[in-house]
Amino acid sequence: MESEFLFFMQMLLSGLSMGSIYALVALGFVLIYKATSILNLAQGEFLMVGAYICLSITLDFGLNFFASFMLTMVFSVILGLAVERLVLRPLIGEPIISVIMVTLGLTYILRGVVIMIWGNDIRQFNIFPEQPVDFWGVKLTYLYLYSLGISLILLTVFAIFFKYARTGIFMRAVADHQTAAQSMGISVRGVFAMSWCISAVVSSIGGILVGNIAGVGVDLSYIGLKVLPAVILGGLDSILGAIIGGLIVGILEFLSAGYLDPYIPAINEVFPFIVLVLVLMIKPYGLFGTEEIERV
Amino acid sequence: MPAGLFHESYRYDERIFQTWFVKAWLIAFLIACALFPFVGSKYMISIMTEVGIAIIACHGLNILTGFTGQISLGHAAFLGVGAYTCSILIQHGVPFIIALPMAGVMAALVGMIFGIPSLRLRGLYLAIATIAAQFIIEFTIRRWDSLTGGVEGMFVEPGILGPFHFDNRIQLYYLTFVLAVVATIVIKNIVRARSGRAFVAIRDRYLAAEVIGVHVFKYRLMSFAVSSFFAGIAGALLAQYLEVITHESFTIHQSIDYLAMCIIGGLGHVLGGIYGVGFWFILERILEVVTTNLNTAFPDHITWFVSIREIVFGCAIVLFLIFEPDGLAARWRTIRAYWKLWPFSY
Repeated sequence: MESEFLFFMQMLLSGLSMGSIYALVALGFVLIYKATSILNLAQGEFLMVGAYICLSITLDFGLNFFASFMLTMVFSVILGLAVERLVLRPLIGEPIISVIMVTLGLTYILRGVVIMIWGNDIRQFNIFPEQPVDFWGVKLTYLYLYSLGISLILLTVFAIFFKYARTGIFMRAVADHQTAAQSMGISVRGVFAMSWCISAVVSSIGGILVGNIAGVGVDLSYIGLKVLPAVILGGLDSILGAIIGGLIVGILEFLSAGYLDPYIPAINEVFPFIVLVLVLMIKPYGLFGTEEIERV
Repeated sequence: MPAGLFHESYRYDERIFQTWFVKAWLIAFLIACALFPFVGSKYMISIMTEVGIAIIACHGLNILTGFTGQISLGHAAFLGVGAYTCSILIQHGVPFIIALPMAGVMAALVGMIFGIPSLRLRGLYLAIATIAAQFIIEFTIRRWDSLTGGVEGMFVEPGILGPFHFDNRIQLYYLTFVLAVVATIVIKNIVRARSGRAFVAIRDRYLAAEVIGVHVFKYRLMSFAVSSFFAGIAGALLAQYLEVITHESFTIHQSIDYLAMCIIGGLGHVLGGIYGVGFWFILERILEVVTTNLNTAFPDHITWFVSIREIVFGCAIVLFLIFEPDGLAARWRTIRAYWKLWPFSY
């Protein structure tokens, strides 16, 4: 009984830590979608690029982790701006399929460039200490704790940013009604660029965290697709939804790994997607998303 | 050559071949394809078989995405369903002539299951649902060891149809060629018929379509079924072609590739699939030559050229979407219209 409860708590807390990273990446998705109505399927590649750059500055150039973290952020801002300006701006007003497809094209380019520069091997950060911390029997590594901490801090910062900061309010205004926001003197283009920057930064932070846990490889980009269920569960255009959806998907992934694995091995790989299909069938706009009402 | 088309009745307007000129060209093209194995090398025949398979798959995707406007990012998974169905049936002694259509039917059934969410979903949300379909099917293939051989994949026994054995590359080429032609004719006729017009109405404005009496859900499901049926047939042929199939032949990357071919060729044009596949494979061959040459020229930097293919295809997709969003089919039409009236373009 005791050990069963401990096992449950172990899965729950590990899931929560992973979920907080998912929440960060989901936040990246939602930010772009809210402001520009674009679903950026290259989010996973943004994450991968961030992780690779941080890794390469830390290990190959020998800077300390904090400095390379900051440099990675700077680079992410540049990447976000470049993508928005060069690729997505010409497509404003084009049908959804073009926009989806162009972000998929970006995934090819980014992945190709990453392989060209860093090759195909999986590399490890090995920065955080290995031995786990013991909370009344539940063991968590420092990595998970740091991830949980960093994600929670960032999520709080963004919540405050959108509520009180001037730019945050601008972004919400543009998301709400583009023309109205523009006629109030808000630069819609500026806001678009801003949301791509923030999204790129947030996802490369997620990338660095996941890279620390799982190692840095090209497969890191799958996190981007794995986060989709979280985004849909929470609602595509809800920041709160992204956070809650991310946490739920993280927990579900670990719980299904813990309890269903004996019946169907490795079910945790697809479990979030099964949940996704069910959510889409029952409540397509997610828990907190805006329902689109159509009248003739 | 006619300077322009002037239809005097709807019967003329709906004809498949608007002029004798088109018909002549088409017959010449088909004869060239039929005679190809007599002149082409073994390698070229394999490539052409691959092209034929991709054309069938793209026609299916074009029905779903191009004509009905339902974005699918899980097309390769349906190819996988067809490939495994056909191979498993042959393994159990079912004759090829039954196994091949069963592959299509099975894929169509699975496609319809994943098409059910389209009752309530559109655009982005449906695209995400098809990504989920892709992952769930891929997972099933990878993990259902007893049926599919799991990660190691399975050997495909060659199909036998009367005197033909499809482990012979030339016979497989002819099978693919015939089926690709049939697929093109079927697509053309679906689009001309009532269901095709319903598809297009749903794509353009589905609320208006519903108001004028199109049963939106029925036709959406139907387009999922038709599209997956084509995918299933293409998958069964691909299994014959590959001889060993694993889940790696049917990943989301292949799905994206098929969608990219359709977009490059032109979504919503019957010939779009063919143009797109042609462009894709020609580009692939060119890249192959370029990469081998670069590798021999700079043997110290082989790692640089590994990913050239991905980068170039990514750029092709992005550039097409920005500069030629309607694809090659639309470009071809403008070029043809220009030359038809040349030099009196006014």
